[in-house]
Amino acid sequence: MNWLINTLGSSIGKKLLMALTGLGFISFLVGHLAGNLTIYGGKDAFNSYAAHLHALGPFVTAAELGLLLFAVIHVATGAILFYQNLQARPERYKVNKSGGGRTIGSATMPYTGFVVLAFVIFHLLNFHFVDKTHTTIFQIVSEAFASPVYVLIYIVAMVIVALHVSHGFWSAFQSLGANHPKYMPFIMGVSVAVSVIFGIGFGFLPVYISLFS
Amino acid sequence: MTKTINLTLKVWRQKGPHVKGKLETYHANNISTDMSFLEMIDVVNEQLTLDGKDPIAFDHDCREGICGSCGAVVNGRPHGPEKGTTLCQLHMRHFSDGDTVVVEPWRSRAFPIIRDLAVDRGVLDKIIQAGGYISVNAGGAQDANAIPIPQEVADKAMDAAACIGCGACVAACPNASAMLFVSAKVSQLALLPQGKPEAARRAIAMLCSADKAGFGNCSNERECEAECPKEISITHIARLNREFFKASFGSSVQ
Repeated sequence: MNWLINTLGSSIGKKLLMALTGLGFISFLVGHLAGNLTIYGGKDAFNSYAAHLHALGPFVTAAELGLLLFAVIHVATGAILFYQNLQARPERYKVNKSGGGRTIGSATMPYTGFVVLAFVIFHLLNFHFVDKTHTTIFQIVSEAFASPVYVLIYIVAMVIVALHVSHGFWSAFQSLGANHPKYMPFIMGVSVAVSVIFGIGFGFLPVYISLFS
Repeated sequence: MTKTINLTLKVWRQKGPHVKGKLETYHANNISTDMSFLEMIDVVNEQLTLDGKDPIAFDHDCREGICGSCGAVVNGRPHGPEKGTTLCQLHMRHFSDGDTVVVEPWRSRAFPIIRDLAVDRGVLDKIIQAGGYISVNAGGAQDANAIPIPQEVADKAMDAAACIGCGACVAACPNASAMLFVSAKVSQLALLPQGKPEAARRAIAMLCSADKAGFGNCSNERECEAECPKEISITHIARLNREFFKASFGSSVQ
């Protein structure tokens, strides 16, 4: 087991952990977005989607625990990376200029990551850990998005998620060693597409609900 | 007719590894635009010496871009603003009259400053010593064509072997990571049949050595490949990752 700890604790091992858990979150978001799109089918379609999802019972609990485990690994590893990378350059440059490699997404990774974590906690407290006995999920969601402050928070959060994913997606492939001259341009393209789809797909939902419910 | 320019230099001066340093201002006057950046510092140093002041310490050797000795961060860019060149290959024609130029050393915890712009890059040698070699028994040289190597593979190995170990990747990396250097030194051997027998041990040993040296972690910012004077690509980092995973999960090397 010692070899496994050494492997995962190394700089490339931490990359592997970030890449695998990150791709896990992206797959989850694809499913989450697909489910949320039922909102466009109206109140009943959305409530029925939620009912069908919760009918899966123990599978939902297992998936939730899996996501929690992924979150713990991703956040803890990310925090270690942030701290170690700061330490690696004790005296900063007086003049700092990019050679053209960094993007807004890559340069803000630890900060957007922190905001996403705060948002996820906020989001779960609002829509997950609430008493749902005498109400429906659509009711909860439409009441929340009646407030423009909520709509704004969600839109800003989704832009930040999109930024995080724009670097995270292709970067995960690079970290896993999947960099090939024939496929990398495609992966880069998908990275931008996925972040735009997440940003607009999730970001427009609160607007739609506040306008039409 | 040679054009000359006048520059204001802000150069990092630091007397030793544990002393606090600071930027000091110098005037470089009548600098020929045909000079290299290092020759410009030579001119400034001549004047400093005549004035009885300490000249600016900086590393240099071949002055033709192949030894990897020189290097400083010029206006925030390692080896200056030109692509694919070392500091000695950076010519003053890329600057304009009246420019202010800030010159700083490579900044990394793993590269302690010896004096001014000269930093100790000895850890890069330690990483090579950990596994950046092949073990060959002495004896008669074998036939050159006994092991066929496709041209494409030979080219890739050569691209990696172009690394001169200057440390610009570390200087450019927002995390001060040496991953591009390690990946080039692992790749040049991992690609070729001669490097295969020791591939697993090499990948693990060299990465461990780099991690211990105090470099940061690579987060795929791609600043290294943008600043590398030999334009080494991060595809070599992906190869290093594959080599490390193969070695860690698929070999018996601990």
